Amino acid sequence: MASDGVRLEDVDAVRPPRVNPGPRRAFGPGARPLLIAALSTAVVFAVLAAIVVNAPGWPRFQQAFLNGPIFWDALPKVAGKFLVNVRLFLVAEVLILVLGLVLAVLRSLPGPVFFPVRLLATLYVDLFRALPGVLVIFMLGMGIPALRIEGVPKDEFFWAVVVLTLIYSAYVSEVYRAGIESVHPSQEAAARSLGLSRWQGLRYVVLPQAVRRVIPPLLNDFIGLQKDTVLVSFIGVVEVFRQTQIVQAARFNFTPYLATALVFLVVTIPMARFTDWLLKREKDQRVASGGSRSSASMSRVNQTLP
Amino acid sequence: MSGAVSGAVTSAVTSAPALSIEGIWKSFGQLDVLRGIDLEVAPHEVIALIGASGSGKSTLLRCINLIEPIDAGRILIAGDEITAQGVNVDRIRRRVGIVFQSFNLFPHMRVIDNITLAPRKVLGRSAAEAEAAAMTLLERFGLAEKAREYPDRLSGGQQQRVAIVRALAMEPDLLLLDEVTSALDPELVAEVLNVIRELAAGGMTMLIATHEMGFARDIASRVCFLDSGRILEQGSPRQIFAEPREARTRQFLNRIIEAGRL
Ligand SMILES: Nc1ncnc2c1ncn2[C@@H]1O[C@H](COP(=O)(O)OP(=O)(O)OP(=O)(O)O)[C@@H](O)[C@H]1O
Ligand SMILES: [Mg+2]
Repeated sequence: MASDGVRLEDVDAVRPPRVNPGPRRAFGPGARPLLIAALSTAVVFAVLAAIVVNAPGWPRFQQAFLNGPIFWDALPKVAGKFLVNVRLFLVAEVLILVLGLVLAVLRSLPGPVFFPVRLLATLYVDLFRALPGVLVIFMLGMGIPALRIEGVPKDEFFWAVVVLTLIYSAYVSEVYRAGIESVHPSQEAAARSLGLSRWQGLRYVVLPQAVRRVIPPLLNDFIGLQKDTVLVSFIGVVEVFRQTQIVQAARFNFTPYLATALVFLVVTIPMARFTDWLLKREKDQRVASGGSRSSASMSRVNQTLP
Repeated sequence: MSGAVSGAVTSAVTSAPALSIEGIWKSFGQLDVLRGIDLEVAPHEVIALIGASGSGKSTLLRCINLIEPIDAGRILIAGDEITAQGVNVDRIRRRVGIVFQSFNLFPHMRVIDNITLAPRKVLGRSAAEAEAAAMTLLERFGLAEKAREYPDRLSGGQQQRVAIVRALAMEPDLLLLDEVTSALDPELVAEVLNVIRELAAGGMTMLIATHEMGFARDIASRVCFLDSGRILEQGSPRQIFAEPREARTRQFLNRIIEAGRL
């Protein structure tokens, strides 16, 4: 679920376990380490395969989960419905990016006048981060259409988008907020001292820097969103997961799940790799520029402004 | 240049001091940082603010720019009270430029965009107009070829000169400089000081907080010695540095001389 909503400061903490030290480190100069890596990988996989294939339930498992003809029959069907998830993801993503930013900006409005605004935005974020996604989807996706208020759409796709947007904008606003807070206050002071209004300072100086910094963690959230699109099958949207269940029920066989899993892997793994690559690149850049900057950047960090 | 000229015109017409500070007080919690500062600055004057660390130099400059609200007193710029209720602070800040010790350039913008942002968004200049004015300033300070660079590709001295140009691009009536050379490596200090010298020669009204006593002596028309939030003594550079009246001023200057900075 969206519990992997990553805050900026968590990013580094999340990283180390992700890096696969064994094979990675093996890609040093020369062919010898490469050979060792290939051999040890082959051995590990051979042992695992032997354990699985020799398990007592293996023949029945093969029957229920690894049925070739059923797999090839199911794959185009589920892949076709996966387009619904993609559409859902794309529409929701745009709305989430906008709503998340609005929430983050509302929460960072200063002064006592804006206290109610901050309070409401905070309540919103807390609420949707606290509730399990499935619950929100059931309550809103079934509840509101059941009210049959005039003019409120009944379309399941519409409610699926609404629900995903509500849940994820809460997480994404936190990512944005971490980004906004990571921009040093002296930047805002410099903007204000030039006569820019508070809003102009935010718009032209703080947000551009903040957004740039949070792109990798945002992508991380969107990997979660991509997977969570299957949750809306609960409110009747026939998407990839619902379609899988339909095929599975028709054939009395679990192989369709394998097909669906494959579809997700093909889409999600490249995105995860891309995110990791971005994070690494950003980290490298930070190290590089941190090394070349003079003492001035140190005093920039030390200076505190209101 | 244009900044200095427009400053001169405004103040000549109103014939009021460029800046008047009347009894301002400022405290952070229990700590009284400014305790009744009075100061009048005529057009084209260059005031050096000297004093020990923590004496309130930065706070005074930040109050004049309204970055810090004051607790009591009045500040007038060319006769207009800027600390009155309901004054649009953004309007004031256009007339008062401030440059910080740590440059505070916007790292995501090229040099030229750093400089033109406020003229475009605040003064409503067109991009072409703002860029032309910015290029004139950059050329004047030997930075023209850096216009398309990002700040982190510049040396500290160049960054600080860009920060000064950025403030000048708003054509302020008054320029506040807060220890603009303190974060620089020694060999980069001169290029920044030369810029300030040129501004002074061009008639820019300035308040300069500095630890560079030699520079203060050369450039200032008046030196103010701040001590625990008060202007304890002020006078011509010659008077302050050669024959300070107050014991504390002498003490301060002796420490500076011992440290080899005068
Ligand atoms: N935002 C703030 N909150 C609390 N105290 C502050 C703040 N800004 C400044 N002070 C305190 O006010 C006093 C004066 O600070 P200020 O920076 O004006 O001194 P300064 O004369 O500029 O010193 P320096 O030569 O070291 O720059 C110091 O004791 C400082 O700790
Ligand atoms: Mg200071």
